[in-house]
Amino acid sequence: MSLSTEDRRARATRTPPVKTGGAERRKGRAAGGITLRHRLRRDRTLILMTLPAMLLLLVFAYIPLAGNVVAFQDYDPYIADNAFQSIAQSPWVGLEWFQQMVNDRLFWSSLQNTLVIFLLQLTLFFPVPILLALFINSFVRPRVRAVAQAILYLPHFFSWVLVVTVFQQMFGGAGLIAQTLRDHGHDGIDLMTDPGLFKFLITFEMIWKDAGWGVIVFLAALASVSPDLYEASAMDGANRWRRMWHITLPALRPVVALLLVLQVGNALTVGFEQILLQRTAVGPGASEVLDTYVWNVGITYGNFSYAAAVGIIKGIFGLLLVLGANKVAHLMGEQGVYKK
Amino acid sequence: MTGIAGVKPGTRGRLRPAWEEEPSKAGLASKGVVLVLVCLGVLFPLWVVVVTSLSSVKTITETGGLVVIPRGITFVAYQELLGGGQVTRAALVSIGVTVVGTLFSMTVSIMCAYGLSRTGSVLHRPLLVFMLATMFFGAGLIPTYLVVQGLGLTDSYLALILPSALNVFNILVLRAFFMSTAQELIESARIDGAGDVRILWQIVMPLSRAVIAVITLFYAVGYWSAWFNASIYLSDPDMLPLQNVMNQLVIKQERPTGLAQVINTGHLSPLAIQMAVMVLALLPVAVLSPFVQKHFKEGMLTGAIKG
Repeated sequence: MSLSTEDRRARATRTPPVKTGGAERRKGRAAGGITLRHRLRRDRTLILMTLPAMLLLLVFAYIPLAGNVVAFQDYDPYIADNAFQSIAQSPWVGLEWFQQMVNDRLFWSSLQNTLVIFLLQLTLFFPVPILLALFINSFVRPRVRAVAQAILYLPHFFSWVLVVTVFQQMFGGAGLIAQTLRDHGHDGIDLMTDPGLFKFLITFEMIWKDAGWGVIVFLAALASVSPDLYEASAMDGANRWRRMWHITLPALRPVVALLLVLQVGNALTVGFEQILLQRTAVGPGASEVLDTYVWNVGITYGNFSYAAAVGIIKGIFGLLLVLGANKVAHLMGEQGVYKK
Repeated sequence: MTGIAGVKPGTRGRLRPAWEEEPSKAGLASKGVVLVLVCLGVLFPLWVVVVTSLSSVKTITETGGLVVIPRGITFVAYQELLGGGQVTRAALVSIGVTVVGTLFSMTVSIMCAYGLSRTGSVLHRPLLVFMLATMFFGAGLIPTYLVVQGLGLTDSYLALILPSALNVFNILVLRAFFMSTAQELIESARIDGAGDVRILWQIVMPLSRAVIAVITLFYAVGYWSAWFNASIYLSDPDMLPLQNVMNQLVIKQERPTGLAQVINTGHLSPLAIQMAVMVLALLPVAVLSPFVQKHFKEGMLTGAIKG
């Protein structure tokens, strides 16, 4: 996370107010020729402005991080009135929960489901926005493009509850397609409760909801390609397919690499809310992923310590995945999420 | 959104540059068909939902379930839902949480983004790192739950707002925009004696109206769509927001409390009720997002690529 060039430029141009009283001069100087106390005084409004946000992050991001200690305890929520006091009073058990996890068949099956769903996302979901962007980009009329984009963006803003509901009304046992089939003398179908199809179903829901939204980034990358390149290659006799192969697709390469890294980094976090909503319909065997497993063990059954242990393992491997994927992106000569 | 560079959007007629091949009639037609099909794939389910919610019991039974062609439009379902009771209360809760939450999130985010936008300032770097680091680790569901519980926020609407109030990505987008406002303007305002609050309020914010609109929409949609926090932190069913009630009514197929009689006497189709709840949930989002749409690109790009 190095500073961007913009940061550096801004830092260079920010001129400190020149106030060099004798007292400050004697007390030693910080960068810019004025003391730290003076600079703190100068920037106090800026610092104060960030305080509410920093406080929220401290309470809801950093303190929970420390709260992970319950994974090394036999946490008992009823030992005291308050969760903090309970943590303080609960006995320590070392790595017991982690050992239990290794022998837990449900943990491994939820990990397996997670990875299968991730692979489905990678192969079925990931290419769709790219293809859609190329498709929309091939229309020259701004009006057509704008309308298509407006329609495709829309489902991104719907809640998962709504998306799942819409799918249920379309593909469920009482849904439109099943009804129509029944009206014509066939057996109704119910895609929503079929454990075998579940993973495809949620991938398809994901495509419906977010593929259109993913188009934005690719369209922007396409818009930044200089039209001179296309014109020049057309003059050299390249037809539209060759132009796409040699100009359009290479232009998408950095964005694709970046999004791929992000996707791989999130491999263990697949559709938590979405799956939670549909879990009961197909049973945990087909649908349980790591996130829903943590939720089920911790929130439903109140086994906070064990759930926290699973959460920690997931978090650690998630972080390693981000770092590893980023490394690969660097090796490929792409920028990745952060710079080296 | 400029189409082919050099051609202003909004102009009608030919836009294809002279060197580009004219597409064949058949190619153009098939492309059109595909586009229409893709768009229908998005719009058709929504259309069915809206039309069914407006249909009478008779139409719904005749069509054997879901209605595609509107006949006999009636607003009974909405009258029943909004005439007080479970759904009305849930909708009000959702609106309240969304409005208060969005205002809170935006205030904190804008202040933070501005506070971090002056890169030469003291503590700028540690504070930025403190914020960015949270993008790389998630504390996990269980400890977050325990902290919310420990703070005594369960069974209060604060549990729906505070834990998810900030999105670091959104703050980065705002910050990038604030940093791109002309430094000359800010410097001249400073020379004229304006403090940071005044500069933010009177110069930076008016110039960043587009991105502020986008981020406001993002936060608002986040609050409006949220159901998970409510499902784990609220135990009183009367406090639940609309998404949770919709989940109960449609996915879990429960009947709305207080409406059983209207449904049992055949005045109202349970399906129309379900669809009407869905329309209530999608309406604000579907109405608002097109207004902000033209700014999505800048917002997304600053965040995704430069961020």
